[in-house]
Amino acid sequence: MTDFLHRRRAPAGYALAAVLLFALAPLLLSDFRLGQFARYLCIAIVAVGIALAWGRGGMLVLGQGLFFGVGGYAMAMHMKLADAGPGGLPDFMLLYGTADALPWWWEPFRSPAVALAAVLLLPMGLAAVIGWFVFRRRVRGAYFAILSQALAAAFAILLIGQQATTGGSNGLTDFQGFFGYSLLDPVNRRTVYFVIAATLLALMLLTRQIFHSRYGELLVAVRDAEERVRFLGYDPALVKLAAYVASAGMAGVAGALFVPAVGIISPALIGIVPSIQFVIGAAIGGRASVVGVVLGAIAVAWAQTVLSEEFPSAWTYFQGGLFVVVIAFLPGGIASLWQLATRRRARTEAVTAA
Amino acid sequence: MTTAPLNDLEISGLRVTFDGFTAVDGVSLRVGPGDLRFLIGPNGAGKTTLVDAVTGLAPATGSVRFGPEELLGRPVHRIARLGIGRTFQTATVFEQLTVLQNLDIAAGAGRGPHTLLRRRRGIPDEVARALDAVGLTAVRDRPAGTLAHGQKQWLEIGMLLVQDVQLMLLDEPVAGMSHEEREHTGQLLRRIGRDRTIVVIEHDMDFMRTFATSVTVLHAGRVLSEGTVAEVRADPRVQEVYLGETAAPAGAEVEA
Repeated sequence: MTDFLHRRRAPAGYALAAVLLFALAPLLLSDFRLGQFARYLCIAIVAVGIALAWGRGGMLVLGQGLFFGVGGYAMAMHMKLADAGPGGLPDFMLLYGTADALPWWWEPFRSPAVALAAVLLLPMGLAAVIGWFVFRRRVRGAYFAILSQALAAAFAILLIGQQATTGGSNGLTDFQGFFGYSLLDPVNRRTVYFVIAATLLALMLLTRQIFHSRYGELLVAVRDAEERVRFLGYDPALVKLAAYVASAGMAGVAGALFVPAVGIISPALIGIVPSIQFVIGAAIGGRASVVGVVLGAIAVAWAQTVLSEEFPSAWTYFQGGLFVVVIAFLPGGIASLWQLATRRRARTEAVTAA
Repeated sequence: MTTAPLNDLEISGLRVTFDGFTAVDGVSLRVGPGDLRFLIGPNGAGKTTLVDAVTGLAPATGSVRFGPEELLGRPVHRIARLGIGRTFQTATVFEQLTVLQNLDIAAGAGRGPHTLLRRRRGIPDEVARALDAVGLTAVRDRPAGTLAHGQKQWLEIGMLLVQDVQLMLLDEPVAGMSHEEREHTGQLLRRIGRDRTIVVIEHDMDFMRTFATSVTVLHAGRVLSEGTVAEVRADPRVQEVYLGETAAPAGAEVEA
């Protein structure tokens, strides 16, 4: 009976999540709040990737903003070009007057197919190149975390420096349409929300499947005893690389969906601070649990909105404090509270039985 | 069980140097199939370093051949794929995974992405055989971290079995085991050693006397003596080293 409940719990949970996301949230939330909620869900998609790379793979990915940004800018460039029409230039380029022709690397993004492919393939390709060098050289732990964070910072700085072709620190904004649908129409904005919610659920299920696969077990083995795995005939660099690339792909998709939902992508949204915030949400929710990271990411993003409206200056301290408390006293995050409770119950039962 | 031809391990002129300190100084030795070779010697003799060099962990010069393959210069996981496996002084198993998962991972180095991305269904045959051989079938669903010390060592040997290694290098497999557990381990090694080559680093002289088919004594990075247990014990140089080091006869248990 308990075994039956155990097996049915996950599908039931996902069904409940689907009802919440697709029926209750659109029904209860105003258009404005639903838009904010869509933003939280984008952050949750990044967090799902973090659960895979960090929770299961042990790689503290402190620079997911890089991949989030690449995906986001790829989408934003396409939307800018679509707004400008065939042969047109994005408005900011005309405004600054620095570019009289479209830079060559913007050109491919006119095509929706290329842009969609780039959203996934650019972050994954970038992660594959970075990961190949980093994991082969056996860079790990804090060194890996610092390196990944530095890359996110470097990307943000690069974008700010290339004002004429990237919009600089203003980023890309003022989007009119999303694949031919006007973003000014609340119905279409709602559709964007549904796309995001569906993507989140699909990626959660995919990641859950990975966790329960043989690869998921192997990834835990690499996380806990990388050297030992080598002696079994595996190359741990490749095992880690696969998880890292997958997490980068998820961050890229999240960035791409963030753009139509929020209406902007800028260096401030992808640099060091947002990269750390992605990880904080995952840590608080419970980094090794798919449901945990999603709830954590949504809760932290929501708390940030609410608390920074009330106490604009205190939020950062609160967030930092929360992070420290969770890491120090509850390393498994909020998700581990559930496990603690079931284990305690099991112990009590064992004592009663004995 | 194995159809691959049995290979010799042939080490010649092996040298390992760390920052000017020579841990292994020109060792040559040959271990044939079906042999249960014990590698003994005082602390610092270079036993573990020798195994590190053979398995690709420590950079070395000279030559280590297993059958037709030269091992030196290859990365660790490539050497493992040639059918060479090892254990460590402190049992290293994946503590958060179950016994079954540990063995399943050990069996899977050749798996493609298609198999890897799916759930394990049932228990692979080689895993079931290994569980049976090392006597861990009853605890297969327990996390490896909760096993007793001896069981962890057996799990490691089980992992080598599912890897189907031709050459097993065991670093103090019975350290910390009870008398019954040692006996059990020795019988296990004898059984699985029939179609494999096994090299055991050991300090327990009783264990060595009972189960070794041949012995190599290392001292200060060199081969001091080699032969059967009786031959080695009769060698005055061996007696001298052990007397000088520990003031105990070679027959007594040296270093707990």
